[in-house]
Amino acid sequence: MTTPIVPPPKKNPQKRTRVPTRPSHFRSRAALGLAAAAAEGRFMLQTCAECGTVQYPPRDACTKCLSTDLPWKDIAATGKIIAGTTVHTSTNVYFRERMPWRIGTIRLDAGVSVMCHVHGDVQTGDNAKLINRLDKSGQAVLLAVPAGGAPNMEDDPQMRELTCDPKFRRVLIADARAPNALALAKAFAAAQASIIFMGEPEGWRPYPARKEIAKVKGVEILPLDVTDTASVLELVGEIGGKTDILVNNARYVRPGGIIGRTDVNLAKDEMEVNYFGLMRLAQGFGPGMRARGADGQNSATAWVNILSAHAWSNMPDYGAFSASNAAALSLSQCLRAELSAGGVRVMNVFTGPTEDEWHQPLPPPKVAPEAIARAVIAGLKDGLEDVFVGDVAKDLIERWRAGPKILEREMIESLGQSS
Amino acid sequence: MSAVENDAAAALGQFALALAGGDIEVVDLTHTLDPDFPVIILPPEFGQCARFRIEEISAYDHRGPGWKWNNFTCCEHTGTHFDAPVHWVSGRDLPNNSVDTIPPEKFIGPVCVIDCSEGSKSNDDFELTPDIIEAWEAEHGLIPADSWVLMRTDWSKRSGAAYLNMREDGQHSPGPTPAAVRMLVNDRHVRGFGTETIGTDSGQAEHYTPPLPAHYYLHGAGRYGLQCLKNLDLLPPTGAMLICAPLKIKQGTGSPLRVLALVQKDASIV
Repeated sequence: MTTPIVPPPKKNPQKRTRVPTRPSHFRSRAALGLAAAAAEGRFMLQTCAECGTVQYPPRDACTKCLSTDLPWKDIAATGKIIAGTTVHTSTNVYFRERMPWRIGTIRLDAGVSVMCHVHGDVQTGDNAKLINRLDKSGQAVLLAVPAGGAPNMEDDPQMRELTCDPKFRRVLIADARAPNALALAKAFAAAQASIIFMGEPEGWRPYPARKEIAKVKGVEILPLDVTDTASVLELVGEIGGKTDILVNNARYVRPGGIIGRTDVNLAKDEMEVNYFGLMRLAQGFGPGMRARGADGQNSATAWVNILSAHAWSNMPDYGAFSASNAAALSLSQCLRAELSAGGVRVMNVFTGPTEDEWHQPLPPPKVAPEAIARAVIAGLKDGLEDVFVGDVAKDLIERWRAGPKILEREMIESLGQSS
Repeated sequence: MSAVENDAAAALGQFALALAGGDIEVVDLTHTLDPDFPVIILPPEFGQCARFRIEEISAYDHRGPGWKWNNFTCCEHTGTHFDAPVHWVSGRDLPNNSVDTIPPEKFIGPVCVIDCSEGSKSNDDFELTPDIIEAWEAEHGLIPADSWVLMRTDWSKRSGAAYLNMREDGQHSPGPTPAAVRMLVNDRHVRGFGTETIGTDSGQAEHYTPPLPAHYYLHGAGRYGLQCLKNLDLLPPTGAMLICAPLKIKQGTGSPLRVLALVQKDASIV
């Protein structure tokens, strides 16, 4: 059984904050398929299209028939630990700081043996499950965990390195006025976040959820308007050094595309919140979070954006909003690159039309605030980069992967169909 | 030089001396342009008033080592601001109806201040009525034609949510009734009307006939509006001079501006 972590003590102000170091991040191009799968928490291996051989490690050709047609497929991640050891020293600074480290070999039911990291509750001879996760360098690593789970298994030090668990961490939710703010606050409280800072724009305007939000355990409401640089910088000055997880849930949605709007005012508002808002938050909070990526048990760990799935392919009925989200998606990739030096993960949660006043005339299915909140927490606990919540988003990304131009054609046909 | 010209020159000279000597005081009636200052809130499906925002260009740093400057953005109707007749549909076709074409002499003029602070203290929806105007005139004399009339409510002493005072059924703040505006515009021929609240109209003025009577009647008659004023409690009921020149925005419907009043020293105490 894993010893559960306890709330970390107050930081010793005389100690220098540990500079984040990273495990090796060099991989072959073939091996990056594993990172792409880990970004969604999937365990996938190359499976030869011609002879069906499942292989590991990833290569450029099939080890059996030399075919180069090697699509990545979801594979049953169960197997048996056939060997294990504990490493006590390493030349790599990242691992030196975290010794000892358990590694082993698992024989998968799919027929391949895989060298992997081993959870503290797994012994040689045990049946185990292999999970594919991103490490602090953003590369895929495989960790063997107890097949049936184990008490407090998420608190295992090797596992916690691979996840962004909110437990005992301090969270900033950027927009208390957003329709999902209350659900997010409650979900983080349930996940044992120690403080839930809620950014509140325009405190001079009442909004119905405020009372309920204020009642959630650990919530502190502070002024923050992502469209106002001064307001962002002021909050950075106050809590920038103790923001471990930032959830950027600020968004501005209005129906409409280009021709029906006659001016660019709404589009500017969309960009101000959805694109520049992200940039302001990142310029403000990014440096501190990147510097605190290895700051003990409650280190800075994740940046969460809640984006429209139509960032991938424009939905003309919400065409300008989609475009602002495409810009935000692109910017999030830049942020992912810039935060990677600190080992801070950028997780994008993509959603289809949401249950709110601006999607009210749209037919179901629509994504409820609680579903978004659940997806955020689950994604952090799994240390994901890409989360698709709800049927629309899941379907859309599948169609995008199958053929972006075909999807574009389908989205064009959808104009006028959404109300 | 004619006698009239001599008088004018002497008046300006005396004015300069009185100003320098402190016998005439300058009262600032303007709120600071602050990103968090409330603006009018319309139903969400309508276009909205932009908030005041600042983005730094440089601050003696790598972006400009020896100087600091900012870009700012806002609506023509953000913060303490001036309303031109073209702002309202009733004034859309009038000549000289935008801030760039209003004759500049209209930006300096005498001002009457009607104190409604007592009533507004206990009633968020306090109305300025013809009766109140007549009672004021009984004490201070007829409102002179072409003068500004300001409605003092001390509303500017509120801030944040209490200033906007938005409830489920809309905003609640004091303002004039349709009859009061008709009286000021048609009978007293005022130049303009100003308030301490977010608009020249009351928070609930949408429910009058016509809706938003101050906007409708004032601008329909080519008169002006001032809102989000402060320090009206430092002005005497009569005798002050108002200076309120908006930015010269091409076909502008209004503009944030610095509103100043010139008052005789200690006049407000008398």
